[in-house]
Amino acid sequence: MTDIASPAAGFVRRVDITSDAAQARVRARYRAERRFRAYGLISLAVAAVFLVVLIADIVRKGLPAFMHHSLVLDVAVPADLVPPQSRNDPIAIRSADYFPVTRDALKAAIPNIEGRGAERTLTRLLSTGAADGLRDMIVADPALIGQTVKVPLLLSANADLYYKGVGTPIIAGFGRGIATPSGTNGEITVLTSANDFADTLVSIKKDLAERARLVSLEAERLDRVRSQDLTARVKELREEAAGYRARVDQPKIEEVLDATLPSYLVAINGGLVKITKLSDIGITGDVLIPLASPADANAGDWKLVTYVTPESNRKATDQEVAFLERFKETGAVERRLNTLFFIAGDSREPELAGIRGALMGSALTLCITLALCLPIGVLAAIYLEEFAPKNRLTDLIEVNINNLAAVPSIVFGLLGLAMFLNFMGLPRSAPLVGGLVLALLVLPTIIIASRAALKAVPPSIKEAALGVGASHQQAVFHHLLPLAMPGIMTGTIIGMAHALGETAPLLMIGMIAFIVDVPKGFTEAATVLPVQIYLWSDLPEPAFQYKTAAAIMVLLVFLFVMNGMAIWLRKKFERRW
Amino acid sequence: MDMAVQKAFTQDATVTNAMPAARKAKVAARNVNVFYGDKHALKEVSVVVPEKGVMAFIGPSGCGKSTFLRCINRMNDTIPSCRVTGKIEIDGSDIYDARLDVVQLRARVGMVFQKPNPFPKSVYENVAYGPRIHGLSTSKADLEQIVIASLKRAGLLEEVKDRLQDSGTGLSGGQQQRLCIARAIAVEPEIILMDEPCSALDPIATAKIEELMEELAESYTIVIVTHSMQQAARVSQRTAFFHLGNLVEEGPTEMIFSSPKDRRTQDYITGRIG
Repeated sequence: MTDIASPAAGFVRRVDITSDAAQARVRARYRAERRFRAYGLISLAVAAVFLVVLIADIVRKGLPAFMHHSLVLDVAVPADLVPPQSRNDPIAIRSADYFPVTRDALKAAIPNIEGRGAERTLTRLLSTGAADGLRDMIVADPALIGQTVKVPLLLSANADLYYKGVGTPIIAGFGRGIATPSGTNGEITVLTSANDFADTLVSIKKDLAERARLVSLEAERLDRVRSQDLTARVKELREEAAGYRARVDQPKIEEVLDATLPSYLVAINGGLVKITKLSDIGITGDVLIPLASPADANAGDWKLVTYVTPESNRKATDQEVAFLERFKETGAVERRLNTLFFIAGDSREPELAGIRGALMGSALTLCITLALCLPIGVLAAIYLEEFAPKNRLTDLIEVNINNLAAVPSIVFGLLGLAMFLNFMGLPRSAPLVGGLVLALLVLPTIIIASRAALKAVPPSIKEAALGVGASHQQAVFHHLLPLAMPGIMTGTIIGMAHALGETAPLLMIGMIAFIVDVPKGFTEAATVLPVQIYLWSDLPEPAFQYKTAAAIMVLLVFLFVMNGMAIWLRKKFERRW
Repeated sequence: MDMAVQKAFTQDATVTNAMPAARKAKVAARNVNVFYGDKHALKEVSVVVPEKGVMAFIGPSGCGKSTFLRCINRMNDTIPSCRVTGKIEIDGSDIYDARLDVVQLRARVGMVFQKPNPFPKSVYENVAYGPRIHGLSTSKADLEQIVIASLKRAGLLEEVKDRLQDSGTGLSGGQQQRLCIARAIAVEPEIILMDEPCSALDPIATAKIEELMEELAESYTIVIVTHSMQQAARVSQRTAFFHLGNLVEEGPTEMIFSSPKDRRTQDYITGRIG
């Protein structure tokens, strides 16, 4: 009595699958599939390129920040640094003035410097925190007072950057004639018996000729615009070019050097002279590093040094480069792991700034977030999924939870500002409030993930539990929840990673302040990693750009670790039924 | 009293008359209606399940036999849109009474499902869970004894005694189903409901389960829903035939299969509807 008709005898297929049209359809189908695969591959490749470029750029910029250069000097700690009667008092030792000690050590390393300018330049090579290392050493071992100790002194960010390669290429060539300096300090002349400076003169002329060409090109370009406003500028440029050409055309004139040309220096008798005027056979210059004696130097005993990058185009002045190069030659410079980066709080000095404060702030904030989110989120999910009556109200709540996950995070910041700071009067900038705000932000994510995880548990498990006489709650907490836990954990960790990277809501509750101290409690002022990155990226010092990249690397490492943990948890606790 | 109710009562009377005097009623259903939302899934069903032995519910898909089975331990309560009217009594007390605790009811009425559904825990934990939540054991040794005894009754002990701590989901389908039976009898129920317990099993595993059912029938009241008429004929003493939400006919199994009174029953057992 079935209605299924049996196939009629002599059944004829109405569609001819061997026709050309059918073949063409098959080919088109294959083409469409190939095309779709190609789109996929292309987008993957583009994404991969972006990712590689991003990571490479961050790592390239960030890696140098993990190392820092120090100057290892013999420091004579004077006996009267701390009065003898308070040698056992750590506070007295701590409050002594260590700055003059380090300054004297620096001066001893390059003796006989004249002029306050050069001296200041020298002391500025050290970080303002350089004396801290010495102080910590003396506090740890007061017996060092009155002795000479080798101490690594922290270099300033600019000096450190110079050693990291943000400097100038240096060319040095031996002199051929006998050089005669006129003095050891101040402005001196150095005469040579051969035409040692002729080549330099030629290369300077070449530079000038090139500059004349560039300036006239620019003048021509502006001239073509034919604007009344520019005629004055064009005239100016033409005169400048003419000036350069005149200097090129008059070979006999003594050439005056300026900061826009490469710097030429003479290294002689252990000193260094920066050339200000030069002719074929002699120069006039300022002494950067004092000469040991005004004696003649034979051919091969003195050098002509070129700092290829013009002084106006680099951060370090000739004086600084001279000092830094001298320290490098004497082997006093040491490259070591920048531990300060991990143990210090924020600072206005790039070389003293660290991420410890931000890390602690992030950790404290996430503690609060997790402590609130996990229980509330999971219990809410269980209630909504298993116990709540299915009516309009719960439908409304469900829709709103899903919508909340898509609310811009700054709105949660505003809520936190209005609720926690203004209404409840909690402290500003505190991890407590940050954690509360991020908890609001992450809750929808966790609730949604937990509900999905609970839903994914086969109903047969719940039925089995109910079947042996477990109450609804027992069935949920003994069977459903453990099986949903991997999914819940994954959702929670992803939510936490989201919270770790969140900045906007924290700005609203004042976590963007410049905070030097590492926070020790939930109510102390703190900042968090992404906010620290934002703050540093805004600073003009180049060293902070490196710090920014390094902090991004630290943040990324944390995110990778958290996501890795989520994957690991999922794999480990994944069960089949 | 409308016609349907009248009819149900007459049926009830015939059922009572046909019952052997030695076996008293364990479950008595009277005018049970079940609605899923607007759908009237079970219409005025009245039936008596005698104590001990096996009673089979047969009928085409969607006829309401599983629905009725799930009414007996109130598993339908978990479906929000489900509504049950009428009266089901176990040992004379109404199980839909507001004062009755459904958890205690389910401890008295165990259930075995169509698809083996052991907890993803060890074999031991699967069986021990029920006794533990009902506080049936006083000590660890006591609990272990219950587990061993239950596994033995379910005919599974020999096969799993060396892997009590292995996952229950690692057993074969037939073993899993017997584990579920062991789990059900560990809480010492009076009635065991079986919802197509063999439909996911091969013939050998099915034979084992059927054998087990015969043994268990000596001490438990077993109600089984099955699609296999041979199975119903093999294991049950009484059979009820459901069709489109109605209980069409009920009686001793051999009567139902040899001389059915209703035309629909005859059509079904001869394979003309289904």
